[in-house]
Amino acid sequence: MAAHAHTVKRYKGLMDWLTTVDHKKIGILYLIAGFFFFLIGGLEAILIRIQLARPMQNVVGEETFNQLLTMHGTTMIFLAAMPMLFALMNAVIPLQIGARDVAFPFLNSLGFWTFFFGGVLLNLSWFAGAVPDAGWTAYATLSGPTYNPGHGIDYYVIGLQIAGIGTLLGGINFMATIINMRAPGLSFMRLPMFTWAIFITSALIVFAFPVLTVGLVALMFDRLFQANFFEPGTGGNSVLWEHIFWVFGHPEVYILILPAFGVISDVVSTFSRKRLFGYSSMVFATVLIAFLGFMVWAHHMFTTGLGPVANGLFSIATMLIAVPTGVKIFNWLFTLWGGSIRFTTASMFAIGFIPTFVMGGVTGVMLASAPADFQYHDSYFVVAHFHYVIVGGLIFGIFAGLHYWWPKMFGRMLNEGLGKLTFWTFFIGFHLTFFVQHFLGLLGMPRRVATYLPYQGFDTMNLISTIGAFLMGIGTIVFLINVFTTWAKPRNATGDAWEDGRTLEWSIPSPPPEYNFKQTPLVRGYDAWWKEKMEGKTEMIPAEPVGSIHMPSPSILPLIMSIGLFIAGFGFMYNQLIVAGIGLAITFGCMLLRSVFDDHGFHIEPEDQDKGVHV
Amino acid sequence: MNRRRVTKRLLPLLAGFALLLSACGREDLSTLNPQGPVAETQFDLMKLSIGIMALVVVVVFAICIYVLIRFRRRPGDTSIPKQVEGNHKLEIIWTVIPLALLLVLGVPTIQHVFGLAKDYSKDKEALQVKVTAHQYWWEFEYKDLGITTAQELIVPTGKKIMFEMTGADVKHSFWIPSIGGKMDTNPGTTNKMYLEFPKEGVFRGKCAELCGPSHAYMDFKAKAVSADSFERWVSAMKAPAKMPEDVEIAKAFEAKCLLCHAIGQENQGSAPNLTGIGDRQTIGGILYNSDVVADPQPGDKPAAQNLHDWIKDPQQYKPDNKMPNAAENGLTEEELTAIAKYLADYKLDYQSSGK
Repeated sequence: MAAHAHTVKRYKGLMDWLTTVDHKKIGILYLIAGFFFFLIGGLEAILIRIQLARPMQNVVGEETFNQLLTMHGTTMIFLAAMPMLFALMNAVIPLQIGARDVAFPFLNSLGFWTFFFGGVLLNLSWFAGAVPDAGWTAYATLSGPTYNPGHGIDYYVIGLQIAGIGTLLGGINFMATIINMRAPGLSFMRLPMFTWAIFITSALIVFAFPVLTVGLVALMFDRLFQANFFEPGTGGNSVLWEHIFWVFGHPEVYILILPAFGVISDVVSTFSRKRLFGYSSMVFATVLIAFLGFMVWAHHMFTTGLGPVANGLFSIATMLIAVPTGVKIFNWLFTLWGGSIRFTTASMFAIGFIPTFVMGGVTGVMLASAPADFQYHDSYFVVAHFHYVIVGGLIFGIFAGLHYWWPKMFGRMLNEGLGKLTFWTFFIGFHLTFFVQHFLGLLGMPRRVATYLPYQGFDTMNLISTIGAFLMGIGTIVFLINVFTTWAKPRNATGDAWEDGRTLEWSIPSPPPEYNFKQTPLVRGYDAWWKEKMEGKTEMIPAEPVGSIHMPSPSILPLIMSIGLFIAGFGFMYNQLIVAGIGLAITFGCMLLRSVFDDHGFHIEPEDQDKGVHV
Repeated sequence: MNRRRVTKRLLPLLAGFALLLSACGREDLSTLNPQGPVAETQFDLMKLSIGIMALVVVVVFAICIYVLIRFRRRPGDTSIPKQVEGNHKLEIIWTVIPLALLLVLGVPTIQHVFGLAKDYSKDKEALQVKVTAHQYWWEFEYKDLGITTAQELIVPTGKKIMFEMTGADVKHSFWIPSIGGKMDTNPGTTNKMYLEFPKEGVFRGKCAELCGPSHAYMDFKAKAVSADSFERWVSAMKAPAKMPEDVEIAKAFEAKCLLCHAIGQENQGSAPNLTGIGDRQTIGGILYNSDVVADPQPGDKPAAQNLHDWIKDPQQYKPDNKMPNAAENGLTEEELTAIAKYLADYKLDYQSSGK
């Protein structure tokens, strides 16, 4: 037992949260940070809508408007949506596969802190007075040094690079976790649909994010060191940036939506008390969507002038994605068919997702037709389309997932009355905001305009849209109220909080103890927990005897490494190479420490395992 | 679940309402009100795809509503529904039917992808126009005719107009919604696209790609005129430039305006060519001239007033544009008024039917 004789390292209070490598706590950190950025992005959206409520208003100036639209898009995608997905991934995946943690707990913590400091750096641009203003797509040459000489785009480039490290680490980590850490008996074709979705998403992250990194590095070199990747005046090619951005950007869309598909699959099947309809076709559809997702980037560039051959090919490839997506939609509907549907906030968001996402999906097919896209492209029609899939798809999915797994994460049931109020205000507000935008685009309103002239037929619909945005804001506030009032109450959630739980996470207490499973469970089929319940059992069959449980040690190093990158980022941005060197030295110093000093973690002995477990 | 059903019923109603409200939009602006064969082709494709997609939406909504009503859990119901694994027949049906629907949309898509990309740049019958997009104005060069103009594209009806497009600084996008879809103007590369204007009239053009603070104000006009009028316009444009009659004003104009702008076709400056600016619908693309446009709206001012306001402080109307204000440019109020009047009166008088 000599190798086991390591001291137990534990911290309390704030230090516990700064040093934690526990996936459940990191999930909560992701949720808090992601939701905080969601509120910032939402505030930016409200300001955008106030500015556009009436024609020729000047609530915020044109320059501020461009900053708002850029930061709204960037924040919502990279700093709100993805972290909230990572929150669900962290909170749920190890539990769903019967694991005690992720494959690389240290990396998991590092991933969170790099994301967090990247996001903070990006948002500090508001205080520095130099805010990115070239759109979240940052098309060259508008984002280049010639036409954007300030530091605004530097914040975008460096903030996203640091945050991107976190995402890439997360992708690698969850891929390794799902491949290696499944409980005995949990073969791939028995994985819960959410786990499948995250597995495929992680693969997409691993292939897509390096492309973004390369693009950002090239743009950074253009801006900081006068390289000429995207500057046509000196031999560069501005269209190259578009290709790089969308080779990353389109898979990114599926990185966002596939996890939502996974959430919907789990929620729909739980609350209709039915096995997911067509499980294997669901898996196949997910893989196919991910594969095709890499083949369609140029449909964002139909009007860039790639010529009819490219436009034709990318049109057809894009349309093909509709087929596996349609398979999913019908599988969900037929999971509900014949079921016993219970209407909770989670299931209402999931069911509201289905028609809403279909509306976003069909406009996607319309956009795929290149000649017609010449009219839709860069108009409000596109704005309506991607908000239908990202808000109506992804955000509904996140809300469904949060309400569904909240008791598992926090041990408390969210209030259903407030939850339903959240759903109805958000759902109605959403359709009010974005439905009319389809028509605004078709009537000739380009996107990303700071204002519009009167007498063009845009006024009424823009006003409706703004009213809807406020309703969505109210829905979000109701959700926050729900969270805080629930927080003030004692823990009340049972292990199988919704009673109809099907997957492994519902077989353990809410919230789970730090080691998740006292004994690794034996999985005997798809919907492992449901299967045991149907056979009259009240707990999983263990695959191992009770024994001492090995745990990773907490560490402050990930936080310090991320702070090092944060400092280095500022150094590069303001051309203070000494500062940059200090920052990098901190990061590499931490890596050295981590390499030189072994930390084998510690063990929780059987007699300590029941301490503080909520039953 | 009544509320849910009501919402679902409201959606198509809302759609109808929105359509009614807009009545397909302005004839000179809306993609739903096409005024040329290119926009018509695109509109036909839009109608086809909307039709197919509406069918899909109706089917999904119908199943969804049925399921939600029929299979909701009754209070106290603890029964376990049958755990269905799947159904091969159904799964094949909802794979094959969408494929067939996509084929219906895919074939005309491919046909028009190639049809609308036809190159008329070697066609002697087609009018060749080079479009250069600047922050935040449009330059139109008629290469074969040796004419350059700005902000207002003049084209003859009944001819194919072949555009060659590029961006002078950042990426913009050239879009006349009621005539045809858009094409980007990339800095450093050239794109081609043709359009046709079968009807005389003025059509609104927009920049569709974020290009800086004044992106929203980067409008232009496309004016289609008869072949005869077009001929007259060409000769008027090529005629020697008309300078202000007052010598002092002419001096000031030359020293303070013509450093960047140009009149006539002798030299082209870095700023919009002003020849015949008094004929144009707008100043700066967004200030409508009440004495020129066919349908003046409340708030529109005469061209002389718009020019005066614009020259006095261009940044107020288009922030970040390159034109200095009158004070920086050393223009006195007298010079300013006189120049505005001279420009407003600078008309080419080429249309047989007056304006």
